[in-house]
Parts: sequence; structure tokens; C-alpha cells
Amino acid sequence: MALTIDQPIEHKRQSLPARLFASQTFWVVISVILACLFLSFATDAFATSKNLYNITRNITFVAIIALGMTFVIITGGIDLSVGSVLCLSSMVLAVTMHAGYSIEVGILASIGTALAIGAFNGILIAYLGFPPFVVTLGMLSIARSLAMVASNNTVVFQFGPDHAKLLALGGGAWVFGIANPVLYMILLALITGFILRWTKFGRHIFAIGGNEHAATLTGVPVRQIKVAVYMISALSAGIAGVIQTGWLGAVTTNLGTGMELQVIAATVIGGANLAGGVGTAFGAIVGAALIEVIRNSLGLLGINAFWQGVFIGGAILLAVLFDRIRNFRRSD
Amino acid sequence: MAVLELTNISRHFGAIQAVNDVSLSIEPGQVVGLMGDNGAGKSTLVKMIAGNFRPSHGTMHMDGKELILHKPAEARQHGIEIVHQDLALCNNLTAAANVYLGRELRLGMGPFRILDYAAMYKRAGQLFAELKSETRPRDLVKQMSGGQRQAVAIARTMLSQAKIVLMDEPTAAISVRQVAEVLNLIRHLRDQGIAVVLISHRMPDVFTVADRVIVMRRGRKVADKTIASSSPEEVTGLITGAIEQV
Repeated sequence: MALTIDQPIEHKRQSLPARLFASQTFWVVISVILACLFLSFATDAFATSKNLYNITRNITFVAIIALGMTFVIITGGIDLSVGSVLCLSSMVLAVTMHAGYSIEVGILASIGTALAIGAFNGILIAYLGFPPFVVTLGMLSIARSLAMVASNNTVVFQFGPDHAKLLALGGGAWVFGIANPVLYMILLALITGFILRWTKFGRHIFAIGGNEHAATLTGVPVRQIKVAVYMISALSAGIAGVIQTGWLGAVTTNLGTGMELQVIAATVIGGANLAGGVGTAFGAIVGAALIEVIRNSLGLLGINAFWQGVFIGGAILLAVLFDRIRNFRRSD
Repeated sequence: MAVLELTNISRHFGAIQAVNDVSLSIEPGQVVGLMGDNGAGKSTLVKMIAGNFRPSHGTMHMDGKELILHKPAEARQHGIEIVHQDLALCNNLTAAANVYLGRELRLGMGPFRILDYAAMYKRAGQLFAELKSETRPRDLVKQMSGGQRQAVAIARTMLSQAKIVLMDEPTAAISVRQVAEVLNLIRHLRDQGIAVVLISHRMPDVFTVADRVIVMRRGRKVADKTIASSSPEEVTGLITGAIEQV
């Protein structure tokens, strides 16, 4: 690719519409809106408040973890352990509260566990040079196994003295009838967006994903930041675990199985690049929304549930196809 | 007074003598071409000045004070800036973000500090203007030409009060026209009283822009003379060893 000096000089700043059309997230938003419009007309059941309540709430668990995963993916890493970490932190919460401790102690123990796992992943990756894929694959196995050990592989559905508080935390709808998990998701998305756009930490995350060597040479504390992003990812899984426990009212040891793939799919559909350097909070939410709308619509349209994987997989490929076409044009 | 003075600097790695008893001094506003074949000790010498390695023997002085560096960040604090051969740029960030990478400007207090985009764009724009470069602060580095990328890497060295800029092969992988642009950037640094050490294989570049040329061979300094009193033929002879020493 031989760029002459004149090309970039003549290259004008892209106008807002041009930038929108070039953005993968924009097209995913359009598809979500079109799908919702279509379903509102095609079925009676879609645009009911009950169904919308369900959809928005179902989005949240994947979306919250996708927000955490976005940090990791921007640095060029991957975290496969989030589904198991969700299960383990749910189980720690459940077992602690079942043993008679208050909800505060339970949440503290649960979030603490998640952070410890994130730190463990991060240290192996950043300081000992383990590949992220391998470390988090190992943790996927370890964390789920620990959840089984903690509960003796039973279902926990009694949460001690603060039982009602926990169910209200996850299952309630405190503001304008919006499900609580949705509120947490919006809050966490705003925080994530702010960190990525406005903080030095966020800037350094993008720098590491863009060129890790350059980040090191310019004095970015690459190792500490890498540990931090894996802790954030695990933290998001822990938060989702606490909320989901409150919503479900019971914890089993197969909670969150395979969830890491849905989460990664959501971030990728939302425009994050697995090679690093690209990703947004909004994209993570929109990606999670598209997956849930596809799932919901297949059910409502009476299409056999076995087809779900085909449609979601297709959405992943289609989203990345847009990105490839764009890069293809650019390199011409 | 010399901005940087090295006295009898040596560095060995085990039995290998990478740099052997080199002394040199660099004046403010001087462009020094540092030449030599692969393995001649240029990189090792520069890495000692940049704080990557510590000398095994000898001393360094900066503005008359002894200079002891443990890591690259300390070199930067002393006003020694490096333009790496690969430029150390992040393609996914804007020009301004790259200029400020690792020392971002922020607004606010304590833990509540946000990036000061406006100030960084403004200052980066001023630096590019000073360098007479067409680079624009908001453009992504991935869209830039080789010359513009050099300008971003060089603007980085002008953020703080740099006294000496070490440039590692800045013209190795860019087009002829962009080479001229980079040589102009070097002249702008010189005009501001900054000393520039230009490590290069390219004879024409050194003879166009440098005031002095230092030639190294097998870890030793074999020549240190003004450009006017040397010639490309002589330097080639010194690099290859056809001429022993001058």
C-alpha cells in the first residue's frame, strides 16, 4: 500500500453521516430497530409491555458482562472464564446468605471472589506472559468446579434472613416499572462509556490494543492495566451473577454455561475488534440487544428453537462482513 | 558547553565488547550523524543514552552534571527524547493522542480527572505547525503517510523541554519525498537549539542535514569530524574498515 503524501492531505474530515454509515454499530442499531418494527406488525405478542419487559431484562445479563469484556477485547485479549465466574459468584452469594449472613456480606464475598479471579487471570497474563485464551480457558474450568465444590452441586434457593431483599434487588422494578437489571445495565454502560472516552486509563487501554510495544515505550503501565481489565471483566461477571441470582431466586451449578460465547458474540456484533484497539460500551449493549431480539422473534414467529444458533451465528458473520468490506475498500 | 558529554564509555555483554571506550560531546543545536555497520555499537551507545542499558565503564554528563539513568523514563525527565525506528505509534489513535501518549493532559482534581481533549488538540496542532507539517491533530495515525507519522513521533519529543533527541533510522522505510520532509523536521528541531543524534545508514541524509559525523566500527569510535571536512567516500571507507581511523 503506497500512500503518497497528497492523499491524506486532500483527505477531508469525514462528515457525520459518512462516519455513521461507516460504523458497524450504526448498522446493528438499524437492524435492531427494523426487526422490532417488523415484529410489532407481524405478531401480536411482540409489542406488549410484558414481552418488552422480558426482552430488556434478558438483554441485561449478557450486556453487563459484554461491557466488562469490551475492556479486555480492546486491549487485544479475551476472557473465556466469565460464564463460570458468573456461576461461582452467584454460588458464593447464595451459599453465604444461606448460611445466615446478611446480603451485604454475601455481595461482598461474591464480588471479592470475582475480583480475586480476575486478578489471578490478569497476573498470569500480564506478568508471566501466558496467552489470555489459555489462562481464561483454564479458569473457565476451575471456577465452575469451585462453584460445584462450594454448593456440593446442589440447587440453592433459600437465602437466609435477607432472602426478600435479594429477590427485590434482582427481580424488582423500582423506577417507572423498568426491571431493575435494566437500570443497572444502563448505569454500568454510562460508567463504561465514560471511562473509555474520558479517562487516561481508557486511553491507555486503546493504546495497548493498538500497539502494545509502543504503549510500553511511551511509558504506559501496560502490565498494571492488563491486570485491571481482567479484574473489570470478572467484576462485571460477578455483578451479573448477583443480579441474576436475585432475579432467578435460585442458583444451580450450570448457571452461565456457554455464556462467554454469547458475551463475545455481543461485543463483536457491536463493533469491537478481537484484534484489539476498537470497541465501545454502546456497541456491547446493542450487540446483546440484537442477539436477544433474534431469539425472541424466532420464538414469537413460531420458528423451531433449534434454528436459533444459525441466526445468531449468521448475525455475527454479517456484522464482521461489514467490517471486512470497509477495510477492503480502504486498502484499495 | 556541551549538552551531553560521554567519557570513556564502554559496555560489554558477557565477553562481547559492544561499545569500547567511546568519548564524545554534543553541543546544543547540533545535528550529529551516527554511522556504522550493523553490530558496530550504534544501538548500544544510543540505548545507554536513552536509559535502556547502563554503561559498564565510563561516565555521562549532561550540562556539566553527571547523568545516571536506571530506566528510560528518567532519560525523558532529563530532556532526552527518543524517536524509535518503528516510531512507537498506535494506529487506532489520533495524532494528538499519540503525541500525548503516556503523558495525557487532564482536567479536574484528584481521582476525578478527565482527559483535556481541547488542550491536547490545540497544543498538538501548534507543534505540527511549528514543524511545518500538514499533520492534523484529529486524524487517525493509520490514515497517515510515512512523513506525517514521523512528524507525530517528532512532535512527541517537543512536548517537554527536550535538550537532545535521538533518532533511530528515521528515513529507513519512507519515500524520497518524505525523506525530505523528515530532514526538514530535523532542521526545525536544530533551529530551536535542540541537539539531534541521527542514527542512519543513509549517507545522503547525514551529509544533507548533519553538522558532524561520528563513525563507529566494532564498538570503537573511528572518526568524529565536521561534515565539511569529510566526504561520503571517506565515511564509507571508515564504516567498512578500508580506512582504519582518522
